[in-house]
Amino acid sequence: MQVPEDLRYTPDHEWLRVEGDEAVVGITEYAATELGDVVFVELPAPGMTLQSAQSFGVIESVKTASDLYSPAAGEVIAVNAQLADKPELVNDDPYGDGWMIRIRLSEPDVATAPSERNLDAGAYRSLIEAG
Amino acid sequence: MRVRTDRSSRPAEQFTAEPGTTDRVTYGPHTSADRQRMLTALNIDSIDALFADIPAEVRAHGLDLPPPEDELTMARRLETLSARNRVGLASFLGAGAYRHYIPPTVDQILSRGEFYTSYTPYQPEISQGTLQTIYEYQSLIAELTGLDVVSASHYDGGAATAEAALMTVRATRRERVLVSRAIHRHFLDTTATYFEGGRLTLDELPTLADGTTDLETLERELADEARPVAGVLIGQPNAFGILEPMAEAGRLAHAAGALFVAVVEPVSLAVLAPPGEYEADIAVGEGQPLGIALQYGGPYLGLLAAKSDLVRQVPGRLVGRTTDIEGKRAYVMTLRAREQDIRRDKAASNICTNQALCALAATVYVATLGPHGLRDVAALGAARAHELEVALAGAGAARVHAEGTYLNEFAVHVPDAPRVHAALLERDILAGLPLADWYPDDAVLRDALLVCATELTTSSEIERFAEGLREVLA
Amino acid sequence: MTAVGPAVSRPDDPAVTEAGQPDEVAQGGARNPRAELGPHLAVGPSLQPTLAELSRPGRSSTKVPHPPADALDRIPTSARRARPLGLPELNEPEVIRHFVNLSQLNFAVDTGFYPLGSCTMKYNPKINEWAARLPGFAALHPLAPDALAQGTLELMWELERWLVEISGMSAATLQPAAGAHGELTGILMIRAYHQSRTDTERLEVIVPDSSHGTNPATASMSGFKTVTIPSDSFGQVDLAALRAALSPRTAAVMLTNPSTLGLFEKGIGEVLEAVHAAGALAYMDGANMNAILGKFKPGAAGFDVMHFNTHKTFSTPHGGGGPGAGPVAVNDKLTPFLPWPRVQCDEGRFRLERMNERSSSIGRVRSYQGSVGVLVRAYAYLLAHGGSGLEEVSEDAVLAANYLRHRLADTYQMPYAQVSKHEFVASAQNIRAETGVRMLDIAKRLIDYGYHPPTIYFPLIVEEGMLVEPTETESVETLDAFADALIEIAQEARRNPEIVTTAPHASPVRRLDEATAARHPDLHWRPMTGAEPVCPQ
Repeated sequence: MQVPEDLRYTPDHEWLRVEGDEAVVGITEYAATELGDVVFVELPAPGMTLQSAQSFGVIESVKTASDLYSPAAGEVIAVNAQLADKPELVNDDPYGDGWMIRIRLSEPDVATAPSERNLDAGAYRSLIEAG
Repeated sequence: MRVRTDRSSRPAEQFTAEPGTTDRVTYGPHTSADRQRMLTALNIDSIDALFADIPAEVRAHGLDLPPPEDELTMARRLETLSARNRVGLASFLGAGAYRHYIPPTVDQILSRGEFYTSYTPYQPEISQGTLQTIYEYQSLIAELTGLDVVSASHYDGGAATAEAALMTVRATRRERVLVSRAIHRHFLDTTATYFEGGRLTLDELPTLADGTTDLETLERELADEARPVAGVLIGQPNAFGILEPMAEAGRLAHAAGALFVAVVEPVSLAVLAPPGEYEADIAVGEGQPLGIALQYGGPYLGLLAAKSDLVRQVPGRLVGRTTDIEGKRAYVMTLRAREQDIRRDKAASNICTNQALCALAATVYVATLGPHGLRDVAALGAARAHELEVALAGAGAARVHAEGTYLNEFAVHVPDAPRVHAALLERDILAGLPLADWYPDDAVLRDALLVCATELTTSSEIERFAEGLREVLA
Repeated sequence: MTAVGPAVSRPDDPAVTEAGQPDEVAQGGARNPRAELGPHLAVGPSLQPTLAELSRPGRSSTKVPHPPADALDRIPTSARRARPLGLPELNEPEVIRHFVNLSQLNFAVDTGFYPLGSCTMKYNPKINEWAARLPGFAALHPLAPDALAQGTLELMWELERWLVEISGMSAATLQPAAGAHGELTGILMIRAYHQSRTDTERLEVIVPDSSHGTNPATASMSGFKTVTIPSDSFGQVDLAALRAALSPRTAAVMLTNPSTLGLFEKGIGEVLEAVHAAGALAYMDGANMNAILGKFKPGAAGFDVMHFNTHKTFSTPHGGGGPGAGPVAVNDKLTPFLPWPRVQCDEGRFRLERMNERSSSIGRVRSYQGSVGVLVRAYAYLLAHGGSGLEEVSEDAVLAANYLRHRLADTYQMPYAQVSKHEFVASAQNIRAETGVRMLDIAKRLIDYGYHPPTIYFPLIVEEGMLVEPTETESVETLDAFADALIEIAQEARRNPEIVTTAPHASPVRRLDEATAARHPDLHWRPMTGAEPVCPQ
């Protein structure tokens, strides 16, 4: 199970890739596998302002639905439009083409500071191994 | 408790037999030996031990109900009761539930135990019959409405209308819905109940002298930016039987960012423009006219269809076509994540049990009649209604909305309408609905009868109605 | 990301993604080549083309007279259909054969054992079907004047009183069309009750984590916030958690009793006391009434409101998903708020309430006064059984469930030691750990043995769970054969897991590609973009 070292993680299985004062958000390979075949991803409109841990969308597999929570505060500046037609990208490439939203961080420093809701790869790996 | 004293059944003491004797009262198969075998396996002495977990202070001991009845006695009782209803009159009553000829194919298929004794097709491998008929139902209603997504059924027209109103709220994230006062009175009341007490607002739009909804008021209400409108609900034909300017109303709604909901009657869609043609976002209606018996109000069939971009806001089940692992065509409930058993408090609706068998009735009915048959039913009703209009006018009852166009139902002026209605009932004529029942405060409608005709209406019934009316008014 | 529903993933069967052409229809006679893998054939083998594919222009039968040519001349073109009506054209024999063949693809109570937990798939007596079709009942218009409807009104009046006796409540409404509709009706009455006392800050509804999904969905639909509390390790309401969740914001607590685990809430007295002490009302989901007829009266025990599911407890047919009926019984606190119209009896004459006759009512919850055709069937069922027969129903249902549970206890895990009521939860956690075979696979394999699988993965709080409800109308031979099948499948899971994980083999179709169905919904035979009808060709 891949857990890339360069990302931040939430205990709810979202990842955050910080790029300057922007960041990209998706869900982990572990989460995608647990969900099974993803059939739909509901994403917000660009321009929406998110608090950390605020719900920004919903992901559906065949028989389950889960809320998506933002790992950091910021404004949504782009969403992955490809997921509308190809939700399976979340299963196929969770850390790449399966990304969900890009946000402009309101507090870039906080986005990389470890906390209960902000784990590094090692901490996240322990979390999923503990089941 | 004895709610009736005239029971002709055997005395109670004959039915106090212990479970397991041959005087069986349930449909259960257990002999006393069977029961004993199970008790022995469980290592208990009596069935009572299985209820020992109910604390003594809340344990009930029996039911104060009449004794069981054998099937023949019960059948006679039910026959007697049903005969106390009177259904053989010359009826001109419609008002949302319509008498139609139902080909016997419908009941033959509904009586198949494979259909009516199965449940929700949770296991698609052994439910393809139900699943394919629902897919076919969705397809037929999609064609009738001109819309793409058809729910597998709702409780009835009123509940479907309320669900559609809630759908517009979810889709637009606005909290105010405008509804013509001339949608079916009970659909409006049901929607009001669903909206009661919460944060949502339901505002009524008035009608004009010709029976259509006042579009100037609609435009003004839509322009109120402080209270943005989620949806606009208008009936076609409306509750007065009048055809509404649907395309214009839809344009106004859309210009204000609101969704447009058409409340339709399905047989009429064989001849009237389908909601998809005038760009309605959602169509709802009562599916009872499609082969379902009147039954004093239900079970009926709530129709709900929507444009495809609203698919995730659609409440209730949807069936889709796919393949099995061997590539065979197969059908399955799909987009399940909208539903209550998965989404719980975030579901699009709480609906679980729906009206699948009624949807099957509609499917068999439409398949039996075909496009020409359905058109004939609609056109014949329109022709009979015109005959009725002429006859009633001759008897002194003119149409209330003389400038409006109707299909097969219309309101006529009759002074003291409730009294006239009662007097005609004495003559075995069911003279439609006294609109005083629905609009007690409306000075015009208080003295009006809403009457309808269908393909079942005969010329001689129309003559009797006109003749009776002449006598009563004289 | 937080799961808000059960994670039931599909089998990792590579064949799913290699699905064949969607238009291949296996015609009659094309039997599944793997059918021999199943000991029994659950349903017939013949898949059907759609009505659209069977359609040929000019083939429909004439059922009604043709209208005069000018029938529609007075309808302006602008209001008329512009596009021709693209409905299928079939003659009557084809219509019948189509639907009869489709019916044979279904599993049903009339074809076999259907132990679908929480749904009470008992036998549907045929006399009830006959009764509902009596012309006096079937042809009565919903707006018929009371004078024409005396028979049906009497039936409804009497049925209400019987439900009041069974529930131990004060009054009932017959209007709701289904259990979930009954829940909505009950919750709207609860809100009206609090508002009538100007107690307007009660915006929360508490439900246990084992509840039916309809409970939280109902709360949301009527504008309440759902608060979920955990169950304790005995499957009972966690009283401490309930007490902690109760507050002046609580409008109602919704409980299913017996619970969805098939267990009676032993602490129900304390639970209800705590609810009422907080000023909230107690709603009972009556889905499991089949276990407790004459043994427990919710109203007498202190519940304020409950619904019945006539299609569960009183044998009205499930109809492939509906219709049902969901009458709601209430105590004195809520009686004023019952939906109108109620049936009234004045000196032996029955009548419906008039509009605005009872201003405290929450109003109508549907178009007319109830799913009366369903209520006639329920009434016939109650007539046949009487009080003693209903008690016998519950006794036999509970006996059958406990017997079956006993038969399976050496093979499957029973997470709760308590005696069960009319249904029980078993878990295949042990089998999964040992063999990798999951409950889903076992359920699918049951199809090959000629059974409808139980409810699986519900309630969510039991891992690899199945909820088994045999009902009172199944013989001990059927129960034994079913137990033998489940025991045999557990053996198969160890011996030859693949035959279980690839089941069913003998059904008309095999496991479905549900991912494609959801990703690219094909919801009707006209193309989704559909400008032109495909039929008639």
